[in-house]
Amino acid sequence: MPEKIVPKKTPMREQPPKERIKNFNEVPYGYSPEEAIAEAKRCLQCKKAPCISGCPVEIDIPGFIKFIAEGDFKAAIKKLKEKNVLPAVCGRVCPQETQCEQVCTLAKKFEPVAIGRLERFAADYEAAQGEAPIPELPPPTGKKVAVIGSGPGGLTVAGDLNRFGHSVTIFEALHKPGGVLVYGIPEFRLPKAIVYREVDYLIRCGVKLVLNFIVGKTATIDQLLKEFDAVYIGTGAGLPWFMNIPGENLNGVYSANEYLTRSNLMKAYLFPEYDTPIVRGKRVAVVGGGNVAMDCARTALRLGADEVHIVYRRSKQEMPARAEEIHHAEEEGVIFDWLTLPIKYIGDENGWVKEMECIKMQLGEPDASGRRKPVPIEGSNYISAVDTVICAIGQGPNPLIPQTTPDLKAGKWGNIEVDKATMKTSKPRCWAGGDVVRGGATVILAMGDARIAARSMDEFLRTGIW
Amino acid sequence: MVKILKKELLVPNIHFMILESDFIHLNAKAGEFVVVRADEFGERIPLNLVDWDERSASVVFMEVGTSTRKLGCLKTGETIADLAGPLGKPTEMVSDKKILVIGGCYGIGAIYPVIKAFKNNNNKIITAIEARSSFLLYWQEKLKEYSDEIFEITRDGTKGYAGHIDKFLNDYLSKYSVDMVYAQGCTYLTYLVSQTTKPFGIKTIVGLNPIMIDATGMCGVCRVIINGETKFACVDGPEFDGHTVDWQNLLTRRHIYITEERRSLSFYECEKYG
Ligand SMILES: Cc1cc2nc3c(=O)[nH]c(=O)nc-3n(C[C@H](O)[C@H](O)[C@H](O)COP(=O)(O)OP(=O)(O)OC[C@H]3O[C@@H](n4cnc5c(N)ncnc54)[C@H](O)[C@@H]3O)c2cc1C
Ligand SMILES: Cc1cc2nc3c(=O)[nH]c(=O)nc-3n(C[C@H](O)[C@H](O)[C@H](O)COP(=O)(O)OP(=O)(O)OC[C@H]3O[C@@H](n4cnc5c(N)ncnc54)[C@H](O)[C@@H]3O)c2cc1C
Ligand code: SF4
Ligand code: FES
Repeated sequence: MPEKIVPKKTPMREQPPKERIKNFNEVPYGYSPEEAIAEAKRCLQCKKAPCISGCPVEIDIPGFIKFIAEGDFKAAIKKLKEKNVLPAVCGRVCPQETQCEQVCTLAKKFEPVAIGRLERFAADYEAAQGEAPIPELPPPTGKKVAVIGSGPGGLTVAGDLNRFGHSVTIFEALHKPGGVLVYGIPEFRLPKAIVYREVDYLIRCGVKLVLNFIVGKTATIDQLLKEFDAVYIGTGAGLPWFMNIPGENLNGVYSANEYLTRSNLMKAYLFPEYDTPIVRGKRVAVVGGGNVAMDCARTALRLGADEVHIVYRRSKQEMPARAEEIHHAEEEGVIFDWLTLPIKYIGDENGWVKEMECIKMQLGEPDASGRRKPVPIEGSNYISAVDTVICAIGQGPNPLIPQTTPDLKAGKWGNIEVDKATMKTSKPRCWAGGDVVRGGATVILAMGDARIAARSMDEFLRTGIW
Repeated sequence: MVKILKKELLVPNIHFMILESDFIHLNAKAGEFVVVRADEFGERIPLNLVDWDERSASVVFMEVGTSTRKLGCLKTGETIADLAGPLGKPTEMVSDKKILVIGGCYGIGAIYPVIKAFKNNNNKIITAIEARSSFLLYWQEKLKEYSDEIFEITRDGTKGYAGHIDKFLNDYLSKYSVDMVYAQGCTYLTYLVSQTTKPFGIKTIVGLNPIMIDATGMCGVCRVIINGETKFACVDGPEFDGHTVDWQNLLTRRHIYITEERRSLSFYECEKYG
């Protein structure tokens, strides 16, 4: 118990904005051991630790923080990994401010404990020690499981089932594992080496990984079920939405997925060393207000844009992006056009976007989601010059699997329907979770689903009862 | 890593490659394609499947830029980084029809599995292959096996019918009737075929080749306008009714990266030979 409460979080050193917009290196540097210990000592070690219930996977937060405060970093990471197999990822990308940190006792009067930063510290500390040792595994059960998709959900299911002694094979459509963590979230926020390290660890534990295998095309779920005892569908939400407004197919108009995939997965920021090109726009508009929009805007700056606008139809209060990401974008010089809606893109004689027509909005009554509904202000239209537009208004589940699996129940938007208590789908021996069930959600929620599914799958594999 | 079981130059600039794969054949159908990546730095590029069996998948490709140049430099026994597929919707099957199938450049290879499937489904096949000159035509013998009739067309008149595809089509369709036209090849060829058959009112299916990345419906770069509606060629196509395609948009979108592509190629050539 600290003698005197330190009101503010121990600051984390970061690359200065002027520097970092010229490179793709990670922005925050992470805590030193001394900083981590100082921050860990701020924790009150509350008896009824509210932070734990604020965490979707119920990490023993005071438990791991106590070890850091004592300088026993190895014990800290061990404690973390009891509940979370991707702490280095979650420590960087989880929306802690609306989860564990929001309900932290300290947050009532002061800044909460920097739980995310401490999580990241413990994970990075472990990585710096070299290869993580392989845990002892139970004898093989002889049961085989196919995991479809290698995003955070798929990796979590694979890890859990492997530890239960089942034989696990992950099938991934792309040529690199990690899902959104590698094709969507940029290097400056989540270095890919961290994701690959976690995947390597799973492989060293005996999980098999088959890349370039598109379930639904290369083989259907029914074909897989002939060889495997159970299947987990963790295919995410990779279907980009467009607004269906005039000019959306002009050259220079991107979906966020395309823009980010080119830059991250295909390393277009290193073009021509890497072969995949990307348009390096000078006046870029990013449409949307979530993490995806922030990532696109910050990527565009790093690719050399002079001016990047986030065009969002509500106000700052309603923006779904994490506070930290908005803050980083602001520091880097991204311009926010609140209460603005694009209604048309205008092209030049060569088919390239050159302008966008927008209309100003005002906030009306709250809608079903509880957020105030944006209403256009008549006659407020204006035109602004742009040479690149990135549409980051959201995405839905990819329909490939529902389309080729007739007895798998999916909703109108392609979301696979599951029983929330077990993550069982309508199809025997098939479970699903993460973004393919929820639509675009978060890393930790995908992992939470995966954990529930793994338990249910294990039970089925042992008892044979569906 | 994917092993190249065989690599062969068919005619100048056009290569045939058999790649090791033990699962492409599970579901492969005529009209589908694969995505390949030459090496760790490579782009993901789509290529039509021209053949497959239990242990392999084959493609025919034309060298145009860096990615196809890289593939073109590889030899039998070497490897490429990635192969994924099959992708796209298979060719819609019909039966008891007379079909005129047209192939140009890499499309001469790409029509091979399609005429095979059409033929096995009890259709009459008239095959027409076209190139600038006779020395650029290939696979006549393979195609003959599944064709009731085969025409060679050369723009310089060195073999077969002299002229371009539109001239041949106009002549042929004025004399004979067919139920359907099917074409594979560069965008200009498929465009020209669609324009020419339109006045005759003959159903025309063409394989489109917009820019792609993931080819699974995730990125949206491959969008094409069909009947005024946006479609993703990788999952809704790549074959569409040629009379419903917004060709202007397709041709424009195909050239988004033309400056970068030139830079990429000169960078690659300097690195390799410079
Ligand atoms: C740009 C961006 C930024 C984000 N930022 C954050 C953030 O800061 N914090 C946060 O918590 N969340 C963030 N999210 C959301 C988060 O990334 C997702 O909620 C999470 O990745 C979902 O995990 P998943 O395992 O369900 O699926 P995904 O991560 O989407 O993985 C699905 C995998 O399945 C593969 N796949 C799809 N179809 C098939 C098939 N038919 N066969 C084989 N494989 C297939 C895909 O290629 C992919 O690799 C962000 C998302 C994006 C796009
Ligand atoms: C579904 C689908 C199936 C395809 N099947 C085949 C196939 O079986 N064999 C094959 O050779 N190609 C095929 N293509 C085209 C092939 O994907 C491209 O040729 C390839 O991506 C070019 O990559 P590159 O880096 O070598 O050239 P880039 O550097 O990308 O292109 C160089 C230049 O050539 C132009 N160009 C690119 N492709 C073509 C083309 N096919 N015809 C005319 N000009 C072109 C580009 O616009 C650019 O100006 C297919 C495309 C699609 C979408
Ligand atoms: S709520 Fe905050 S102060 Fe209390 S145990 Fe959790 S992290 Fe520590
Ligand atoms: S290539 Fe990405 S959606 Fe078609």
